[in-house]
Amino acid sequence: MKVLISGNEAIGEGAIQAGCTFYAGYPITPQNELTAYMAKMMSEIGGTFIQAESELAAINMVFGASAAGARAMTSSSSPGISLKQEGISYLVGCELPAVIVNMMRAGPGLGNITPAQGDYFQATKGGGHGDYYLIVFAPNSVEEAFELQKQAFDLADRYRNPVLILGDGILGQMMEAITINSQSQRTSLRSKQLTTNSQKHWALTGCKNRQPNIIRSLFLKEGVLEKHNKKLQKKFAEMQEKEVRYEKINIEDAEVILIAYGTMSRICRGAMQRARKQGIKIGLIRPISLWPFPYSVIKEMACLNKRFLVVEMSYGQMVEDVRLAVEGKSKVDFYGRGGGVIPQEKEILQKINQISKCKLKT
Amino acid sequence: MQTEDLKLKMMAQEKIKSLRNVPMHYCPGCGHIIVHRLICEVIDELDIREQVIGVAPVGCAVLAYDYWNFDVAEAAHGRPPAVATGIKKVEPDKIVFTYQGDGDLASIGTAEIIHCANRGENISVFFINNAIYGMTGGQMAPTTLIGQSTTTTPQGRDIKRNGYPLKVCELLSVLPGVVYIERVALNSADNIIKTKQAIKKSFQIQMKGKGFSLIEILSSCPTNWGLSPAEALKWVEEKMIPYFPLGVINYKGNSD
Repeated sequence: MKVLISGNEAIGEGAIQAGCTFYAGYPITPQNELTAYMAKMMSEIGGTFIQAESELAAINMVFGASAAGARAMTSSSSPGISLKQEGISYLVGCELPAVIVNMMRAGPGLGNITPAQGDYFQATKGGGHGDYYLIVFAPNSVEEAFELQKQAFDLADRYRNPVLILGDGILGQMMEAITINSQSQRTSLRSKQLTTNSQKHWALTGCKNRQPNIIRSLFLKEGVLEKHNKKLQKKFAEMQEKEVRYEKINIEDAEVILIAYGTMSRICRGAMQRARKQGIKIGLIRPISLWPFPYSVIKEMACLNKRFLVVEMSYGQMVEDVRLAVEGKSKVDFYGRGGGVIPQEKEILQKINQISKCKLKT
Repeated sequence: MQTEDLKLKMMAQEKIKSLRNVPMHYCPGCGHIIVHRLICEVIDELDIREQVIGVAPVGCAVLAYDYWNFDVAEAAHGRPPAVATGIKKVEPDKIVFTYQGDGDLASIGTAEIIHCANRGENISVFFINNAIYGMTGGQMAPTTLIGQSTTTTPQGRDIKRNGYPLKVCELLSVLPGVVYIERVALNSADNIIKTKQAIKKSFQIQMKGKGFSLIEILSSCPTNWGLSPAEALKWVEEKMIPYFPLGVINYKGNSD
């Protein structure tokens, strides 16, 4: 069944289809449609929706629900996600799955509600205290947001680690057509998932016929925390090996490669098409997983002497990972705007033209 | 009370299933030892060990799960009421309780406890008030008494600078979502029995699905108060109880 739906609502629908039975959140723009969708759906399916007293309470309610074995999620936007970092760090430390959605807005501070990509560092380098990572997916369409949201719950459970969906105000607000399951398919998917939830051997469900389960991140005895952290690092290594996702377009003959994610990648695609019409050999790599980051494909391209232009709705955050991937083997240019201003196709085209001329000279 | 005394004595000789048979890390004279045991005795008596899910705080009692022989989650500082809310919504038939100190519940977690109580969550809260931060070495707590010296109030708590000791029971008692609130103390055998009865009543209220209850337990911290265990009990009686009066502060309906 095809429906016209906003990104925020599609993410909510993805969660429902993935068997999410618990949502706690706090109002913040531009993700309120998601909260409203979950309030409506949770009452329909007999799940739990809580409007928490704070972002801190919301993430800790998710912690409790996850500890009890439910598929649980929360969502917010930049300032709210900053507040949730304490809880996210505890989720990782306690090895609890959860899905967190950040519909980024412009900062720092209260900033404003316009779309931005200024939370890349926070999302991909841990975010809270301690050594950890989250799988971070950055969808660029409503359909992809819907699909990734479903997969996020599976991956969170598989690794017993939170997964972050990183979007922005545009993705949240725009409407596109997506195909969703019928009511009966949805019900059977959900009931299958709920059975899986009940099979979490580590969950707190009362110690009937088993030893008590303890959910903890405190390890005081010498060497025990290091052992625990090594176990976490092993999971992160496995994620780096298995969960890298990206899209590449027009790469083969490209001399210049654009790198952009989320909303920015759609605008870059337009700029790429215009540049191609002018005869410029240009391609696009779109990281879908921001962590683990697709270092290998970028490194490969750098070794083929291709040049890069990273475009972000920030003053340059992902570009640092691109430079790490390139390791000085090729040139990396950057174009970005912050404060909620979105780089336009013609600005990007102008930058492409500069680089392209430069390339001809050398 | 004599039969209760006898019962208590008999219980002490029996093995408590909910309590692990391991030495505790608490200082001599610390009230946590008694409260841990009372909670476990009640859980055994109500035969709910396999349905109980506890939430441990940040503070001296974070290691409660080393002693309790049932499911326990740790929570970030002040967040046990939010964590317990999440657990209870997913497992409504389980018996969920939080165990929190004064720094955890009445300072960094004030918002969480007020809203949890106001939502009328069907959980039990055991709030240990010893008027000081124990684990971090004796700083001023929200419940530190006026004039009480701590490492951060070396000249004694001054109301002009530090405000007043927070009366949590009285504060929460005005909320319509609250079913039962009682303040008890551990300074005498009689009061310990009353504490146990209050804990039991709180669990029974939850088992009947009636809603939120909180038991504030005045407890001693001889180490950080700089007193002997015996002197500390006297201090609870002479200094704490006059400011934090004992008794049922709010009770709606009959638990029986």
